[in-house]
Amino acid sequence: MARKDCVIKSVPVYLSGLSLLALFIIAVSHVSVGWPILSVLMLIIVWGWWFKNISEATAPFSDTNNGSGFSDQPYPYFPATAADVIMAMDEPVLLVNDGQVEVANRAAENLLGMHIEGGDVRMAIRHPAAIRLLTEPLDNMSPVLLAGLGGLNRRWELYAYALNEEQRLILLRDQSTAHLTEQVRIDFVANTSHELRTPLATLSGFIETLEDDDVIKDRDTRHHFLGIMAREAKRMQNLVDDLMSLSRIEAGKFSLPNEIVVLSPLVAEIVSNIQASGQAKPSQITLKNQLSSDNIQGDRTEVTQLLYNIIGNALKYGRKDGQIMVNLENTDDHRIKLSIKDEGDGIPFHHIPRLTERFYRVDNSRSRALGGTGLGLAIVKQIVEHHRGELVIDSIAGKGTTVTVFLPTTDFFPD
Amino acid sequence: MKKASEIGHTVKAFDEDLGGLRALICEMGGMTEIALTSTLEALIHSNKELAAKIVENDKEIDALEMEAERVAMRIISLRAPLADDLRDVIAAMKISGILERMADYAKNIAKRVPILQNMVSIHPVPVLPVMGEMVSEMVRNVLDAYAARDPKKAFHVAEYDMEVDGLYNNLFRILLTYMMEDSGRISTCIHLMFIAKNLERIGDHATNIAEMVYFAATGKQMPERTRGKDLLASEDN
Repeated sequence: MARKDCVIKSVPVYLSGLSLLALFIIAVSHVSVGWPILSVLMLIIVWGWWFKNISEATAPFSDTNNGSGFSDQPYPYFPATAADVIMAMDEPVLLVNDGQVEVANRAAENLLGMHIEGGDVRMAIRHPAAIRLLTEPLDNMSPVLLAGLGGLNRRWELYAYALNEEQRLILLRDQSTAHLTEQVRIDFVANTSHELRTPLATLSGFIETLEDDDVIKDRDTRHHFLGIMAREAKRMQNLVDDLMSLSRIEAGKFSLPNEIVVLSPLVAEIVSNIQASGQAKPSQITLKNQLSSDNIQGDRTEVTQLLYNIIGNALKYGRKDGQIMVNLENTDDHRIKLSIKDEGDGIPFHHIPRLTERFYRVDNSRSRALGGTGLGLAIVKQIVEHHRGELVIDSIAGKGTTVTVFLPTTDFFPD
Repeated sequence: MKKASEIGHTVKAFDEDLGGLRALICEMGGMTEIALTSTLEALIHSNKELAAKIVENDKEIDALEMEAERVAMRIISLRAPLADDLRDVIAAMKISGILERMADYAKNIAKRVPILQNMVSIHPVPVLPVMGEMVSEMVRNVLDAYAARDPKKAFHVAEYDMEVDGLYNNLFRILLTYMMEDSGRISTCIHLMFIAKNLERIGDHATNIAEMVYFAATGKQMPERTRGKDLLASEDN
């Protein structure tokens, strides 16, 4: 496409200069027609100046036209100013000129308030250390950490760059995720140590007691104590096992498992295992299988653990003789819906979003008494995510809880 | 229609003066805010060094208050402000006084940190950090409201006050129980009680600032809101 401005550029400059001079002479010599001609003259000059600017600006584009993909792009090109660059950035950025906010981009306005542009920078950011960065000389100053900006748990790092004597560029970097991750890590270590220390304290206490000769002579007491110790040791073992499987699943979560698992025989096997082990009363668990296609791409060990954990929870927290329904059906979108429903007290509504957090328990003492590690549902969540599935927990207080897992079948994934 | 404050004055220097005063108050607010959050941190982690630094930094806040007062008086005498300008200047003067007072309360809490370190620790007082967090949030929000001249936000801050009062009453009872159980803990409890009282005062002052922000922005007094139960009011009235 031919561009007007390129054509204009090719007109010899002296020709236009001559014609303008002629017009000017006419205008001055004929007073009656002078004014209209003079105004036309002005228009021509302004118009010419504008097009000159345009053609100069587009010059680099016109040069690259030969054979490159740019040739047919009627893209208006204006040189970007510093303000344009700042406005285009996602992170909050301020341009401060002599203590006044000259430019604030959208992100900065959202974070610091709509009023900041044009005002004193101290009205936007009032942290004393930050103010020092904004107003004092900038020789080797480290960034300032701002807490609580835009939310209680948000953390921002403020960087300042001196552009010249007066202007400073202020950049805010969101460190909330890093802060949150660090918090989760600290909590995890603290929780794990606490969970391990509790049975350990019991164990060492009983060892001390058993050192007493009188206790050793009394056979019943000794057995009772050894029983407790065995239970505590078992609890520690369960916890370490759970921690290990959690970290194993997490390590492999980025790749989809490549085994083919046939779901219905596996579920049937696990249900009969649980019945046989005496954990459930005979005919307490009902399995209803409506699957037409039941191959999933998965990891057999993980799916087994998932089933044990969910059914185990239903047994632990359901009513003593309450029925547990295990339901398997296909959905329209090539997934398998596995739901496990118990009859129990249910889970209060506000706990549900936090259930898959590590060591989160609805009722601490009850969970411990039943031998829970606090990691069961965290593991379930990891396994479901590893299989690209979905976990739904529904609960009605006083009636019971339904845990539903959607797992994609082999048809779900395109080859 | 644009408000007068958005258009600006014919004398540009007047705008600059007002903006400078407002910025000064914000800076002071920032320092008070940091004094409060660090004092809470020093208290929770019994950090003596941090507490000493807060006491030291209080002088700077005092100096800023003098500066703010000077600037405000200069504006009044040179520019004879009217209407919203006058409200702005008066509010700035009063707010600087209140901020200085708040910083003093923070300093007072910081001074108790080393004393509490050598005393019987009372672990189960989790209400105190919660209260501290809530008060810091109030202070932060009220300063945001001041910087943005936002009467809605200011009104919302004032609503928090009731909850802080509730927490204070709650803490009062907890500490009272501790003191009744074990007389050895009385001095610790009294210190904690003063800390709670200081926090509660800071919250009250944040409400006062909110009222001034509301008045400066709208020219009307802040509407009445429901208040928390007053511990000092007798039961039968």
